[in-house]
Amino acid sequence: MSIITLRESITQALREEMALDENVFIMGCDVGLRGNPFGITKGLMNEYGEKRVIDTPISEAAFTGLGVGAAIAGMRPLVEILYADWITLPMDNIVNTAAKTCYMFGGQANVPIVIRAPFGVGGGVAAQHSQNNENWFVHVPGLKVITPSTPYDMKGMLKSAIRDNGPVICFEHKRNYSVKGEVPDGEYLVPIGKAAIRKTGTDCTIVAYSYMTYVAEAAAKELEKDGISCEVIDLRSLLPLDYDTVMESIKKTSRVVVVTEAPLRGSIAGEIVGEIIDRGFDLLDAPPQRLGSKNSPVAYNEGLEAMCTPKKEDIIAAVRKTFE
Amino acid sequence: MKDSKCIEELKKEFDAYAEMYSPEGLDREEQIRMYSIMWLMRKFEEAVKPLWMANKVHGYYHPYITEEAIATAIITQLKKEDYVGSTHRGHGHLIAKGGNINKMMAELFGKEEGYNKGRGGSMHISDMSIGMLGASGIVGAAVAPAVGSALKSWIKGTDDVTVVFFGDGGANAGSVSESMNMAAAWKLPVIFVCENNQWAIATDYARITGEPDLYKRGTGFGIPSYRCDGYNIYQIWETAKAAIERARAGEGPTFIECKTMRMLGHHATDDSWYRDMSVCDKYWEIEPIKRMGEFMVENKLATPEELEAIEAEAMKKVEASIEYADTQCHEPSPDTFYDYIYTDGEVIK
Repeated sequence: MSIITLRESITQALREEMALDENVFIMGCDVGLRGNPFGITKGLMNEYGEKRVIDTPISEAAFTGLGVGAAIAGMRPLVEILYADWITLPMDNIVNTAAKTCYMFGGQANVPIVIRAPFGVGGGVAAQHSQNNENWFVHVPGLKVITPSTPYDMKGMLKSAIRDNGPVICFEHKRNYSVKGEVPDGEYLVPIGKAAIRKTGTDCTIVAYSYMTYVAEAAAKELEKDGISCEVIDLRSLLPLDYDTVMESIKKTSRVVVVTEAPLRGSIAGEIVGEIIDRGFDLLDAPPQRLGSKNSPVAYNEGLEAMCTPKKEDIIAAVRKTFE
Repeated sequence: MKDSKCIEELKKEFDAYAEMYSPEGLDREEQIRMYSIMWLMRKFEEAVKPLWMANKVHGYYHPYITEEAIATAIITQLKKEDYVGSTHRGHGHLIAKGGNINKMMAELFGKEEGYNKGRGGSMHISDMSIGMLGASGIVGAAVAPAVGSALKSWIKGTDDVTVVFFGDGGANAGSVSESMNMAAAWKLPVIFVCENNQWAIATDYARITGEPDLYKRGTGFGIPSYRCDGYNIYQIWETAKAAIERARAGEGPTFIECKTMRMLGHHATDDSWYRDMSVCDKYWEIEPIKRMGEFMVENKLATPEELEAIEAEAMKKVEASIEYADTQCHEPSPDTFYDYIYTDGEVIK
């Protein structure tokens, strides 16, 4: 075991998979010489050469398309979008080509591409560098969407994503990059589609993912002092989504709060609540609660930026509401 | 019979017009093969409209009729491992790459035995076993993925070549230009073929394009660029030959504009009410099958009887494909509804 940051866990996953499979390559803006803005791919170009760590022009639409095509032709590209906000540019190649090709071709072609997208609010980078748009992709059959929040999960799930024969989008919260955690020294994988219980509890289930898992854990800790025992679930993967774990927890707690950092309107929080009602309305002792960001672009101003996203206090209030 | 007066008139308005000639290195046998392939394309597509009217085939199909020389001249020079990126007007591209018309017809019928197991239809027909990366329903969108297969060849250091087709409409999609830039920057083994039929769905390309000579766009990216007469199979063949050699030798991309004229509607049932179709009358005089046939007869490369036999043979193959699709193939089972959304048999509902 060693303790590393989530940022380092990504680098390890990339390095290991590139060593194992010569079809794995990285492409994106500044991924080579600069090693990406967060230092994640630093050094990989020296190790693997300019044809396996490719510095692209600022042409997200086309270089993602090139990645999709290379995947159809049998490669395993890792395409990096500098900020998830800009995933709008290659949206067509992701939604209409990567997600649909296997189906449209009757299984003749796979698209084993991984798209990494740093997302989330924080750091005063305003509306075009802060978006939570992971929800959009959950609506697209053919894609998988993962949001690992710990170094252990990030490394193991990213490795699983690279080995997956279909397209996977990995959303990495920028605020999680410095999170530290234990990672085994040897080879391991974390499967896509299994949630993790971060804290067990008996009174209320809090369903969260990515950075909001940490906010939920902090809220649960505080509620514990008042004798309210919360179970915190980190979804880890949004598509597929592990409803079995969610429902098992609700069987025990009979209460649920769902938290996302995305603007609440039309977000996955509503979808999860809907599915919970379909699967187990009778298990609930209180109306399920949804929490998300305010329906607003993210502001530059520190105060306004902070107002946008759900806080520990908001989660505490939502949990308390399930006891009213 | 050739109408020389009509052709003289046509030359005045069709600036890409080039006289037919015998290029060096193209033997008679190969010319006969190319001629046969063009007939197969033509007969296949002529057969589809009545099938659509008879409700055997549905959805959209976009005919390649009169553009056959382009795919034939270029794709027949490729090896099996080479890749072809296609368009919504893709039947001809697949036939030229050596695709199976029975499986293509079965796909148009929506049958399980079709190329795409009935999931794709005319606009998505692909055959990965011969490097046919698929037709695409979104104009211009298939270019970047096709260049991705050239990226693979570049990374792997193979001599496989990719030919990617798009039209004058697709040329105006931003990612096409972005892809051309990357291909030029890294010297990717790709040939950009712009099938300029002068109509972007129902809009005359001259109304929406600043520079009518589309091949000049390649020059702007530092790509050797050429314009061909889209009805002249020999000129296209010779231009493509040099481009394929360049790509195979690692010398980078080439841009070939094949200028032609769309002589039918955008899709099978488009009656072209928005344009004056009499403009096309002169172009029928040089439609590629007639033109190549006349050239071969004039130059004693083939007799009229031989050519008629080739046409009849193509018709027979198409009739057999209809018979196969209509009587020997099956509807996809509802049990397979969720198949192929994910790989390896995984079902996520």
